[in-house]
Amino acid sequence: MVKEKEKALIFEMSKSGRFAYSLPECDVPEVDLTDVLPSDFIRETPAELPEVSELQLVRHYTELSNRNHGIDSGFYPLGSCTMKYNPKINEDVARYPGFAKIHPYQAEETIQGALELMYGLQTELEVITGMDYVTLQPAAGAQGEWTALMMIRAYHESRGEKRTKVIVPDTAHGTNPASASVAGLETVTISSNEMGGVNLEELRRVVGSDTAAFMMTNPSTLGLFEQQIVEIAEIVHAAGGLLYYDGANANAILGITRPGDMGFDVVHLNLHKTFTGPHGGGGPGSGPVGCKKELAPFLPAPLVVKDMDDSYRLDDERPDSIGRVKAYYGNFGINVRAYVYIRSMGPQGLRRVSEEAVLNANYMMRRLAPYYDLPYDQVCKHEFVLSGRRQKKLGVRTLDIAKRLLDFGYHPPTIYFPLIVEECMMIEPTETESKETLDEFIEVMIQIAREAEENPEIVQEAPHHTVVTRLDEVTAARKPILRYKR
Amino acid sequence: MKYRYLPMTWEDKKEMLAFLGIDSVEELFSDIPEKVRFKGELNIPQAMSEPEIVRYFNGLANKNVNSQDYAYFLGAGIYDHYIPSTVNHVISRSEFYTAYTPYQPEISQGELQAIFEFQTMICELTGMEVANSSMYDGPTAVAEAANLAVGGATGKKVLVSKAVHPEARSILKVNGKGQGYEVVEIDLKNGVTDLLALDEASDESTAAVIVQYPNFFGAIEDLRAIEEIAHRHKGLLVVSSNPLALGVLEPPGKFGADIVVGDAQPFGIPMQLGGPTCGYFSVKEKLMRKIPGRIVGQTKDQNGKRGYVLTLQAREQHIRREKATSNICSNQALNALAAAVAMTALGKHGVQEMALLNIQKTHYAKKKIAELGLEIPFSAPVFNEFVIKLPKSVGEVNRFLLKGKIVGGYDLGRDYPELAGHMLLAVTESRTKEEIDSLVKGLEGIIRG
Repeated sequence: MVKEKEKALIFEMSKSGRFAYSLPECDVPEVDLTDVLPSDFIRETPAELPEVSELQLVRHYTELSNRNHGIDSGFYPLGSCTMKYNPKINEDVARYPGFAKIHPYQAEETIQGALELMYGLQTELEVITGMDYVTLQPAAGAQGEWTALMMIRAYHESRGEKRTKVIVPDTAHGTNPASASVAGLETVTISSNEMGGVNLEELRRVVGSDTAAFMMTNPSTLGLFEQQIVEIAEIVHAAGGLLYYDGANANAILGITRPGDMGFDVVHLNLHKTFTGPHGGGGPGSGPVGCKKELAPFLPAPLVVKDMDDSYRLDDERPDSIGRVKAYYGNFGINVRAYVYIRSMGPQGLRRVSEEAVLNANYMMRRLAPYYDLPYDQVCKHEFVLSGRRQKKLGVRTLDIAKRLLDFGYHPPTIYFPLIVEECMMIEPTETESKETLDEFIEVMIQIAREAEENPEIVQEAPHHTVVTRLDEVTAARKPILRYKR
Repeated sequence: MKYRYLPMTWEDKKEMLAFLGIDSVEELFSDIPEKVRFKGELNIPQAMSEPEIVRYFNGLANKNVNSQDYAYFLGAGIYDHYIPSTVNHVISRSEFYTAYTPYQPEISQGELQAIFEFQTMICELTGMEVANSSMYDGPTAVAEAANLAVGGATGKKVLVSKAVHPEARSILKVNGKGQGYEVVEIDLKNGVTDLLALDEASDESTAAVIVQYPNFFGAIEDLRAIEEIAHRHKGLLVVSSNPLALGVLEPPGKFGADIVVGDAQPFGIPMQLGGPTCGYFSVKEKLMRKIPGRIVGQTKDQNGKRGYVLTLQAREQHIRREKATSNICSNQALNALAAAVAMTALGKHGVQEMALLNIQKTHYAKKKIAELGLEIPFSAPVFNEFVIKLPKSVGEVNRFLLKGKIVGGYDLGRDYPELAGHMLLAVTESRTKEEIDSLVKGLEGIIRG
């Protein structure tokens, strides 16, 4: 990353008389604007958008990209985000005119290739998750959660039951309780046991006739597989509740175990995590939802179906459907990328993905254990958590360690999550990183642990080599400046 | 099979297993109960090499009629527009597209500044004070706007014009069910919201009035009159707007809208079967702390240097959990970047020029079709879409047009039974006079034939 002076905003580079676009001359007889629009609806003051040349535009965004770190820039062990390599071929395929330049309302017979692709992806995700049906409509994981919770509500209501509570473990992603609220359901949080698993006694105590669902991430955000999953499924089902699988951590289980076999009734996947849709700086993602047949009537409409004559169509005749959760058919462009990935890997490749992600994580965990506290000393799955409490006693916080990692060209792990681990660092190496990369990162983490003891200032004052130093987030929130003003 | 994304060699594996003191990777899965283990191989197709992938997916893509080979007069929320070449080059920079959400601002200044600029551009176009970093799409942004309005109101009723995109209304109803508010649809008159009906339905329990501008039929709603009705009972005015149209139309902010949402797809985002696009969400300053999703703010680093961070995060799910203003986490950041690049490329003059071209071509097509004797049922002023009445079913007409390499308009009978046989046509700047003339000729064939 280049150290440089303050970067100008595009608006500050603007100069009247410069252009970065090229539109054809109007080739039809022109009407006078005032003849076709009411005069008080014609814009008086133009929007102050930039006026720059094409090279200025390109250089501006190139400079901005140089001030950004992506997976292609370096190691990105951000826990629960599965920052694996995003294959280039995915990007090429998604840009084929037959995928990029098609309209959602074209006649079905003119998008058979797109529908076939969606059908194939739906079907293969059903196999991978052990579910009976999959919808590709939700735009991202959180929307998948909400979709599934609305389906769960509809399922209970169809049986004449009013169930209003969603149980989540204290390690759950923030989206789980937030999605429950948007679905009009109340969240009940239960604690984890000392092994990092679900506290079964507490679960037994809180489940009941008002339980709509129990939402779980398995492996959990601690990177641990929930070994009591069979009992949990029994407890929740005995109470008449449904079991929901948050697929954020599915990278650990491909071809090894399936939510459907574990007893889950409904699941969402994050195609932008496990299945290499790029994260794009925060999106777009894709959050398909899979379910068992009992919940199928409530899936959002439409679904892609295959007819006897091998043609594909969108099935909108779904009277019990919860309705629509997103316009059109989901984030098709991301689904294309995910499907290219699945077809590139095949069943054996996907299994190797999970095996190697898990081996990498365990290797890193054991190598780092002497230097950082390991709150759950057991085999981990694709990620693990460390605690910086030992370093905290020396005056070096986890935030400082994260910032120090920036100096070495790494994106830090997820920090301060899950909330139940003090000074938490959640590390997910993924399967696409080489052993050399893991070893180099481990050495840097060891060096930082040593620095915390011998030279804490260098960690506390980090980062030292980034284009800006630590930013004042408090003032940003107290006196918000959310747009440029002349 | 060789897996080019998996760098672990046999030797690496052996070393790592030895370090862990185990014999096989299997042992790392010993915590998974035998009962729930998956036996055998997933029943999905075997892996393909890169050349096989290219051949297979090209085959699928080639089965789809696309706008490179056909002239599209189909809009209804997704449009075939000019995309400056620069857009794809910028979003293909992997520092942008392979990055996560910019939670580490020191190494994410590029993304953060680009989004800060995007927020500014959206504010400029909509005439609003604050915009967020993006939503999933325009229709879901409509529902989020209703959620916001109801959240702060005593009334639990949302009035939505039937001239709001049908899919947005459908999503809104699912949200209403979730959040426990009533969604009342307001009838239309002459292709625009019936102001009398809106006035009658509006009362103290109205938390929001939602209209689209230009509306689903391409027509320009009377925002001045609607604003007066919406605010009479202290409800919020929510306007869903095509941002390109705002290059020529007075922005909703100027008419007193409280929330302006929409889809930035017309700016640099390919149609790609309707997703991903890029919802935008903008508000008056008083609603700033209730806005859903991520927002970028300007601040300073320890040396006083200007920089950007994600801010006002106390609204968001990762901090507030069940009390968050929305559950949105991933958004459409890369498409917000695409839209920002397109808005930069078009700039102050290009946005106007492109919007004007849409108006010119649309009115040319409208005039030519009227001259054929086809009925244009609505008389309200339009931007780049209008409705025509056909003597045959829309499906039949479109099948006929397709033979002439034309993708015809949207079948309004799908959502409005009373408008069966009516087609919504969109004419963007991408359509040439020649293509419009050939559409008109095609329609003439329908009438004569």
